[in-house]
Amino acid sequence: MINLEYPKKFKPLVSQANMVAQELLRPNSRKYDIAEHEYPVELDMLRSLIEGMEDGAGMGAGAAGVGKGDASENGGAPKAEETGTKNGTNLSTALSIIEMCWGDTGLLLTMPGQGLGNSAIAAVANEEQLKRFKGKWAAMAITEPEAGSDSASIRTTAVKDGDYYVLNGEKIFVTSGERADVVVVWANVDPSAGRAGIKSFVVERDNPGLKLDRLEHKLGIRASDTANFILQDCRVHKDNLLGDPEVRTDKGFGGVMQTFDNTRPLVAAMALGCSRAALDELRTLLTDAGFEIDYDRPTAHQPGAVAEFIELEADWEAALLLTMQAAWMADNRKPNSVHASMAKAKAGRSGTDITLRAVKLAGSVGYSENELLEKWSRDSKILDIFEGTQQIQLLIIARQLLGKSSSELK
Amino acid sequence: MAPNTIEKSPADKGMAFGLRALNRFASSSTIDKLKLRKPAEKALYSTTKGGFKAAGAVGRQFTKQKGDKPARQPSAKSYGLFDLTPTDEQAMLTEAFGDFAQSELKPIAGQADHDCAAPAELLAQSIELGVTMIGVPEELGGAVEERSAVTSTLISETLAKGDMGLAVAVLAPAAVSTALGLWGDADQQATYLPEFVGENVPAAALAVMEPRPLFDPFKLDTKATRNADGGFTLTGVKSLVPRAADAELFVIAAELEGKPALFIVEAKTDGVAVAPEPAMGIRASATATLALEDVKLPVESLLGDADPEVYADCIRLGRIAWSALAAGTGQAVLDYVTQYVNDRVAFGEPISHRQAVAFTVSNIAIELDAIRLTTYKAASRADAGKSFARESALARQLTATKGMQIGSDGVQLLGGHGYIKEHPVERWYRDLRAAGMIEGVLLV
Repeated sequence: MINLEYPKKFKPLVSQANMVAQELLRPNSRKYDIAEHEYPVELDMLRSLIEGMEDGAGMGAGAAGVGKGDASENGGAPKAEETGTKNGTNLSTALSIIEMCWGDTGLLLTMPGQGLGNSAIAAVANEEQLKRFKGKWAAMAITEPEAGSDSASIRTTAVKDGDYYVLNGEKIFVTSGERADVVVVWANVDPSAGRAGIKSFVVERDNPGLKLDRLEHKLGIRASDTANFILQDCRVHKDNLLGDPEVRTDKGFGGVMQTFDNTRPLVAAMALGCSRAALDELRTLLTDAGFEIDYDRPTAHQPGAVAEFIELEADWEAALLLTMQAAWMADNRKPNSVHASMAKAKAGRSGTDITLRAVKLAGSVGYSENELLEKWSRDSKILDIFEGTQQIQLLIIARQLLGKSSSELK
Repeated sequence: MAPNTIEKSPADKGMAFGLRALNRFASSSTIDKLKLRKPAEKALYSTTKGGFKAAGAVGRQFTKQKGDKPARQPSAKSYGLFDLTPTDEQAMLTEAFGDFAQSELKPIAGQADHDCAAPAELLAQSIELGVTMIGVPEELGGAVEERSAVTSTLISETLAKGDMGLAVAVLAPAAVSTALGLWGDADQQATYLPEFVGENVPAAALAVMEPRPLFDPFKLDTKATRNADGGFTLTGVKSLVPRAADAELFVIAAELEGKPALFIVEAKTDGVAVAPEPAMGIRASATATLALEDVKLPVESLLGDADPEVYADCIRLGRIAWSALAAGTGQAVLDYVTQYVNDRVAFGEPISHRQAVAFTVSNIAIELDAIRLTTYKAASRADAGKSFARESALARQLTATKGMQIGSDGVQLLGGHGYIKEHPVERWYRDLRAAGMIEGVLLV
């Protein structure tokens, strides 16, 4: 039965996440925007709280909650056989991320124990690895100076040496790289095999071969540290290789990329949270200034600012529903690669558009550091870039709709 | 010489004179007398002005009936889960109307657009499929047990995937039966609804639009005044009313005592006149202007007790319906251009190998899904008895902007080929302009 509301059973979870955002993230928002690279100690108390919740309803404030289409049963609601559908952790995680990023995107990104690497582990690790890495904060190291969106062309190598792999290369833009317990590093075990040779390795942060090179200074999401690493003869035990160690030219890379079908809707959710913060604030400012937002009257009859608000809200709603759709499909094990990219593309570009136009409409109130609107419009930009830029999402969608390979549609 | 005046040379002046002369020649009747103008250039409807005829020429007399109490479709029971799966009943209906759209609407869409009419046989088939029964409560012979905005949305979408103009023609009477199902009192339902679930369903239309720029459905120029006998007098003009020339029954929006309200108007009533009003698109729906001059109505013609919320819901449900049509036509655009850009070769390879082309296709897919999902959400809230003013407004906003963009991109991707009638994209371009603009006409 078609219903696009927030699931009733997730309402307590969403309200909890909103409370955390309101009471813990918002008040520290500006503080860590200014004190870049300083560890937000306020978040430590959240770690145990979130871990406790995860075993239950899947609070999953970060990316760790989603895994192999993990769809827990329908909570208190009737079973899927009766209702014909499942609402699982992909959807609940997306919804709680929206709330958390409404609080602060940078702080959500540096939530202890909730790294992107945790998603990769959840998606491809075996039982033994899942147990061993449980509770570890895992960052993800993919990007290199010469390999951004074209992650298939990474140059970091992993050479087998007895029970170990020896990793050499350089990794940039590693979110939470300094603060995490482990880093999931992408490296090629057989460069002659191309993308099929790419494997991911769990590297402990204290491994002497994993050297922190520097922390970046950024446009936004400054509460979250972005590290660059040099891997120099970094020895990693073979048991830390995630997934199939064999080089198979028929699949291989696809397996690594699968992670993204689950995480793209979550980045879309971040953009939704950040831009809803701006939209909520803009609504308050407009209302206080005496503008009434009337959904029934044609926008041509309303003040320009109200018409613009409705236009922005429509894009926001579109992005929300595309994101919920992609997450719902993952929960119900429907192939969602196109839909995940559609959600990410729409939420990413709308996020930037909404936050920037909110600043424009709010004037100096929006542009000044006295309020957070200017910060949200800086934070939102990254969400149209990481986990696949706008352009990469459009490529993924187009290739699948048009039935084109990456060599045909470049 | 002033910087902004353009000095004309004697040669320029001569050319300007020549152009004026050419224009005068072209507009003179002489060339017609000489039979120089091609017959095809004669507009199908060139005499709109003064072309009004009394409405309801072939219409039936509706006999007033007494009812017990009004019947309403109840809301379906919900598990409160996010779900995009239609019910079995919805899936079945969507498949049946989808087959109808693809096998009956799509093949004749171009011709019907040209003729400004839907074939009678096709309209009869749509009645057989039960299109006017969807919004009618079951105890009055309706086809669907529960409140059915989502069902109507899915049917509208799938019909418009075949053709929007024909979809409007098919759905126009359903708007009237749905209005009676939702807001009719017992007598109104007993008088009119049996006709919509029988064999000989009347053509009918819901008329809201008026011919003026920046039309606001909440500020109507059509006025209703109360008569001494308790009845009403209606005066005004309604625009783009589908199948109005054949319609036997109208629901008409008019301002009563400062507030917009809905009236049931039988076409045979004195003072109701119709003139063809062909438009840019949705031409198969035979759009017409409806003139109301001192139309005297009985007291029982007021629909929904002049409740402002009833009227607002009528406007909102209409907007949802038009968004559903945009989703259907948008899907037709996406399917068509996907094939075309793969087949069309330029510079030695399919044009789909170019990002500028491929990304346009991606964006059509994204915004199309956005229109579809926001429309479903608005409709499902209506079914659940929740407020849906915001949701219908947002769906309409996307329909007006992104829906039109999809229509425009559809033509653009075919280039010059998109501009000629050999391909349907030019028709979709014209039709999609209607979807985010027209008020009323349809209801989900």
